[in-house]
Amino acid sequence: MTTVDDRPVGRADRVSGTTELLRVENLRVSFGATEVVGGISFTARPGQCLAIVGESGSGKSVTARTLVGLTGPGARVSADRIDLAGADLLHTTERAWRGLRGRQIGFVLQDALVSLDQLRRVGDEVAEPLKLHRWGNRAARAAKAVELLASVGVPEPEVRAQQRPYELSGGLRQRALIASAIALDPPLLIADEPTTALDVTVQAQVLDLLAASKERGTSIILISHDLSVVARLADEVAVMRDGHIVEHGPAGQVLHDPRHDYTRMLLAAIPSEHTRGTRLSGTATTVQRARRQVDRGRPVLEARHLTKVFRGPDKVDRTVVDDVSFELFGGETLGIVGESGSGKTTTARIALAILEATSGEVLLRGEPWSALSTDRRRPLRKQVGVVYQDPLSSFDPRWSVGRIVTDALATGRRPPSSKTEARDRAVRLLEQVGLTGAHLASSPLRLSGGQRQRVAIARALAPEPSVIVCDEPVSALDVSIQAQVLDLLTDLQDELGVSYLFISHDLGVIHHVSDRILVMKDGRVVEHGTATEVFERPRHPYTRQLLTAVPRLGSA
Amino acid sequence: MSRLRRIAVKAVTSVVVIVAAASVTFFAQLAVPGDRANTLMNLQTGQDKKWSVDELAPLNERFGFDDPVIVQYLDYVTGLFHGDLGTSYTQKRPVTEVIGGQLLPSLTLTGAALLVAWALALGITLLTVKRGRFLTSLGTTWEALTASLPHYWVGVVLLVVFAVQLRVFPIIGGTSALGTVLPVLTLAIPLAGFLGQVTRDEFEQVLQQPFVTTARTRGMSDLGVRVQHVLRHAILPAITLSGWALGALVSGAVIAENIFGRPGIGQVLVTAVNTRDLPTVSGIVLVVAAIYVVANLLVDLAYAIVDPRLRAA
Repeated sequence: MTTVDDRPVGRADRVSGTTELLRVENLRVSFGATEVVGGISFTARPGQCLAIVGESGSGKSVTARTLVGLTGPGARVSADRIDLAGADLLHTTERAWRGLRGRQIGFVLQDALVSLDQLRRVGDEVAEPLKLHRWGNRAARAAKAVELLASVGVPEPEVRAQQRPYELSGGLRQRALIASAIALDPPLLIADEPTTALDVTVQAQVLDLLAASKERGTSIILISHDLSVVARLADEVAVMRDGHIVEHGPAGQVLHDPRHDYTRMLLAAIPSEHTRGTRLSGTATTVQRARRQVDRGRPVLEARHLTKVFRGPDKVDRTVVDDVSFELFGGETLGIVGESGSGKTTTARIALAILEATSGEVLLRGEPWSALSTDRRRPLRKQVGVVYQDPLSSFDPRWSVGRIVTDALATGRRPPSSKTEARDRAVRLLEQVGLTGAHLASSPLRLSGGQRQRVAIARALAPEPSVIVCDEPVSALDVSIQAQVLDLLTDLQDELGVSYLFISHDLGVIHHVSDRILVMKDGRVVEHGTATEVFERPRHPYTRQLLTAVPRLGSA
Repeated sequence: MSRLRRIAVKAVTSVVVIVAAASVTFFAQLAVPGDRANTLMNLQTGQDKKWSVDELAPLNERFGFDDPVIVQYLDYVTGLFHGDLGTSYTQKRPVTEVIGGQLLPSLTLTGAALLVAWALALGITLLTVKRGRFLTSLGTTWEALTASLPHYWVGVVLLVVFAVQLRVFPIIGGTSALGTVLPVLTLAIPLAGFLGQVTRDEFEQVLQQPFVTTARTRGMSDLGVRVQHVLRHAILPAITLSGWALGALVSGAVIAENIFGRPGIGQVLVTAVNTRDLPTVSGIVLVVAAIYVVANLLVDLAYAIVDPRLRAA
């Protein structure tokens, strides 16, 4: 057995995939009386990637943290064995852990603005593992940080090293996080949702970066909720649910020939070109839906040459939305897809008339809408509903679900005449979105993410609108919940004939729900057509680039 | 360019604040019931009666009480820009002179109290936030207790225990270093509790942030994480409050200076209020306002150094 503060395993030992680097047997983690990881076993090998996939609460992140000895306060960890390159991790002192972290095990967190210390320079953050493990002197470390940034494809690394994390884009921050984790070239790299907050093209680049590291012999443990992301990198996949590994095997087998129902359900829930017109949730077999009718008469909502210019603090005008026009017909879903900064959300806000366009106009049923004064627009508000990404922040947290829904009813086309009527209609709405009257008294704080989004949909439906603007309505949800919410939205459309202006960064989701699609980039519509036209015969190079970047199960 | 502009805007705002404070004190003087010359005559002669117009004429002439209010106001404000705060009724000397000699001991006292308060607050925070149930409750109890203590109570207890009983420090220490210890502690202890409470809340929040986990996964020790990452984030609210705290310390100094018989503007203020020496009272109010303004400028500066995000914004 080697001592824990030994030098990293030599390159020669790690290129082959035969020797085990990490072996975990029967790992259990509990917080108080709750067991969050219930006896899981896996191994990691040099030059290979093990993906641990699961939804929120599956215990995948806790597992990752346990491998660096940071399970958290109050956690009880037990296992038959946790060995890293022959060293026993189960009986490691805090001091010895500090020698292992960063040197033997690199750890990459999800990009959030807060995964790097905002107050320090990027170069100092990248060089911190070097400093902690007494690598070189100050000047050598600064030079190494620049070198590391360059190696993960950060342009102008000298400049970036002097900047602070908030001055970098999400993709560059994620690269800096990776650069810091691989600074000492640790033989094991754990990446916890490394691409979750990133645009698809950036996501593809980050995955390529991890793949390059794998090629050089690093063993990677990839934690993700997204099976299609995993498909690009993983050699082995373990699917976790409620603290147990329900399926574990070679990536090709798990993703294409799953044995377990849960894995099958997860795979079926991923919206894509193949799932159009089918239900995503519920049954394991795909159910074809009846085509709903789109009324191609007068558009319900029409945008004419919308342009929005924001003046920055530096007095420079930035055109965020540039000559955007579209028509949304009755019973139709118009998808707007684009990466961050493409202007899709600004377009949605102008369509909702909560933001004034610099030029251009929005018409509602052929009548002026954006051009009206606030007072004259208010009576028409009930015709346009909205569902946001994070419903919780759009609810008053002190209001009950019942109050949220009845409040929306009162502003609608047919305000309830009595308390009893309001209550009955609120219950009916909740039932329509798959909740029950029992939820009336609940606080939104106590509901799950999927239930909150259902309440948000019930609230949007209450005034009986003809259009609902959905701004990233499923982006914060687990894939199985996302499937249920998407199914609910399509069911409601079939039933009520409501139109959706559907904003998303997720091409799979957009492809699944939309009749017609606008692709936006830098404020402009670069492509416009039916879902089939855009996805099967993309004309614009940017659309093609987006489509190649989308992680697909087929590529595994 | 925009940086120069921001500084210019700050400077102009500061002047406006001081002039506004001066205007308020000026009109407050007018609002005090009774004829000012009559009050003054009573003060100077030690009598309490109604004086005749002729008797009051020299005083009215000397202080310009007969001029229209607007002229008096303009004279006063113009005087301010020349460093003239008026003449003390009781001491018959310029107010600037009356305050000037006493200002330094007061500033020493408040400045030292602020530094000691910070040191106490940070030390206790670093050692007790999320350090097990016992240490954490010890820290929170100490902070809640001290933050709620009034200055006069702390002062008297310190005086009785350390000066009268234990005789470690002099009872009346003047401005000597040893004599400054107890007045400084009188002001610093309640403030430390208050700053500690604010810092602790922030510290707990920051400890949960992902970048703290990132630092730990690089092999950093718990103390390292606290000192090198968390502390810098956690002191931001306390910095903001320090501008306000410095102003509050000046009023606290009035009490501390009285308890320990220490010279300072606190003593001058109490005497001036008791003798209705309005120009002196106004002068002190203005000096305190100016201290507030300078303190807040310093806070802005410190904030920008600790949090570079503000420089960009």
